[in-house]
Amino acid sequence: MAWTKNVLRVNLTNGSITHEPLNMQWANDYLGQRGLATKYLSEEIDPKCDALSPENKLIMTTGPLTGTPASTAGRYSVVTKSPLTGAIACSNSGGYFGNEMKNAGWDMVILEGKSAAPVYLYIENDKAELIPADDLWGKSAWAADEMIHTKHQDPLVRIAVVGRAAEKGCLYSAVVNDLHRAAGRSGVGTVMASKNLKAVVLRGTKGVGGISDPARFLKVTEAGKKVLADNEVTGQGLPALGTQVLMNIINEVGALPTHNHRDVQFDGAGKISGEAMLEIRPGDGKANLTTNGACFSCTIACQRISTVDKTHFTVKDKPEYQGNSGGLEFENAWSLGTDCGVDDLDAVTFSNFLCNEDAVDPISLGATIAAAMELFEEGAITVEDTGGMELKFGSAEALVWATEVTVRGEGFGKDLGLGSKRLCEKYGRPELSMTVKNQEFPAYDPRGMQGMGLAYATSNRGACHLRGYTAASEIMGIPEKTDPLVTDGKPGLVKAFQDATAVVDSAGLCVFTTFAWTLEDIAPQIDAACEGDWSAERCLEVGERIWNMEREFNLAAGLTGKDDTLPKRLLKDAAKTGPAKGRTNDLHQMLPEYYALRGWTPDGIPTDATRSRLGL
Amino acid sequence: MEITVKLYAGLSRYLPENAVEHAVKLDISPSETAFSILDRFNVPRESVHLVLLNGIYLNPAEREKPTFVAGDTLSVWPPVAGG
Repeated sequence: MAWTKNVLRVNLTNGSITHEPLNMQWANDYLGQRGLATKYLSEEIDPKCDALSPENKLIMTTGPLTGTPASTAGRYSVVTKSPLTGAIACSNSGGYFGNEMKNAGWDMVILEGKSAAPVYLYIENDKAELIPADDLWGKSAWAADEMIHTKHQDPLVRIAVVGRAAEKGCLYSAVVNDLHRAAGRSGVGTVMASKNLKAVVLRGTKGVGGISDPARFLKVTEAGKKVLADNEVTGQGLPALGTQVLMNIINEVGALPTHNHRDVQFDGAGKISGEAMLEIRPGDGKANLTTNGACFSCTIACQRISTVDKTHFTVKDKPEYQGNSGGLEFENAWSLGTDCGVDDLDAVTFSNFLCNEDAVDPISLGATIAAAMELFEEGAITVEDTGGMELKFGSAEALVWATEVTVRGEGFGKDLGLGSKRLCEKYGRPELSMTVKNQEFPAYDPRGMQGMGLAYATSNRGACHLRGYTAASEIMGIPEKTDPLVTDGKPGLVKAFQDATAVVDSAGLCVFTTFAWTLEDIAPQIDAACEGDWSAERCLEVGERIWNMEREFNLAAGLTGKDDTLPKRLLKDAAKTGPAKGRTNDLHQMLPEYYALRGWTPDGIPTDATRSRLGL
Repeated sequence: MEITVKLYAGLSRYLPENAVEHAVKLDISPSETAFSILDRFNVPRESVHLVLLNGIYLNPAEREKPTFVAGDTLSVWPPVAGG
């Protein structure tokens, strides 16, 4: 339905709820979702504000294609200032929540201030009200979701909610919608809870409208779906094995961070891989994977629906966890499994369930537990700190215990809720934190994948694979194969991925479409839906503008070019095994060229000419 | 000479029953290529996408050349991606 051109503004301090028109000049410059909401945030808050103060705002935002029949057009984002990084946060989620927001008639919901007592926001088309949530406070995301559904007696309301971790201040708390989908990274859930806002509940019945050229839109979106169906990755590979197919690949290429990045290959990778999820287990005669699933309007369907073996120690006395639930994605299997040295598929799956149940980012949680395990093995953390738990690499019991205390904000879990950087600083070993801008790494080791190192170092939201996924090129050959161990050409590759991804996010589409689609497939869909001329060239310019705007936000927040770096372990300590044996990440060879390609000064600041060219 | 062959994802079905963790040991002659080895397992060439020799990418031209020494590991995937 392209833009609804309506914004809902909710002031939680005084309870006022107002409607206002979307700023269409900004929509033309920033498209929607990630780009447009970041523009609103940049204009409305002081980037230096305390992320957990009432001065910060939180925006739930859709793109112009969200809610349309375009494939994967169900995405929404949560945009705010991150309490984990102090930088811009924009966390993207699928499921059905984004579509519901659009059907209720809203491009975005701006949440500001702080409620005096716990509330949730209920939106039914034009009607919106704040409802007391004292009974929901202290409940997990799953429990609160069920209580809200029961209270409204409406199975079709869509709910985005925070869990106990966010209430207790865990700095990487997520916002979970539709039980198993998450705006996962950078602590957007922590910001939501800091406003005493437990949930946003949506019911939209307005339907699709406002498509600029409906006949052409249906034609180009059908063509797009055919490209996805005919492509072997999006048509066959992702539905069959999901992202977890990567576990064995990244291990074989020697870029699988293991034991808090001490190693780059994991002996147990095969046991927690996508292939392992298909194997019949002896305990209950079932496979881990039950089936795949899809988000709204998605024709790829990469979601995993899984069970834990009923005889496994994690669930044998807990029937509530024995049914189907959101299964492992590669990133989660890596962080909770590989990085912690745990090769117990059931334990890793169970820990992932707990992350969904209480809305915690499993990447940051697993990476933080891995850092804690190294601190424990180094003697910096002892059993006195943990209350008796031997926090050793490879211990499934330790992983599950650490997950439980963190998602509930209990005891040592409060330390783990600080994130890897603050944890390592607290225990006197800051160099053991594998983070960029205080955010934990995903599942690709920059020593074995040089481009991903630059992508991490320059990501506007801290270490993140989804801001510039050069692994697609370096490993999978999409759109073309590059050598993962070579730095030549990587600055341009990183920039191209970063700018293009900003467009995909801002349109309301899923980045996984880009395994088959280029901007030449995406731009015609935006062009048919939205007023104005949306060529691939204009889309790319918008993407570059968004990237630079995010950079400007971070610079105004106090970050500098010195924050565009990697932990010393990755710059100084060579990989011990595999094809990258003997290599470190050669960031210094790539960063100056990247800055130059971006039109930034040697200190990483956009020049006046760049600002002028992009209309910033 | 002996090498290890690993077939992953949808290609696992072409492995013999004695395969362990998607891998089998195989005796080959020095003249054999990645493709000739995969032919032994009846893997359709159009299903072959990512080919790694000891973890290092083997480009399409190299898949038709003899490149093996004893102890090598050949790992093969169909078209896959993730994130």
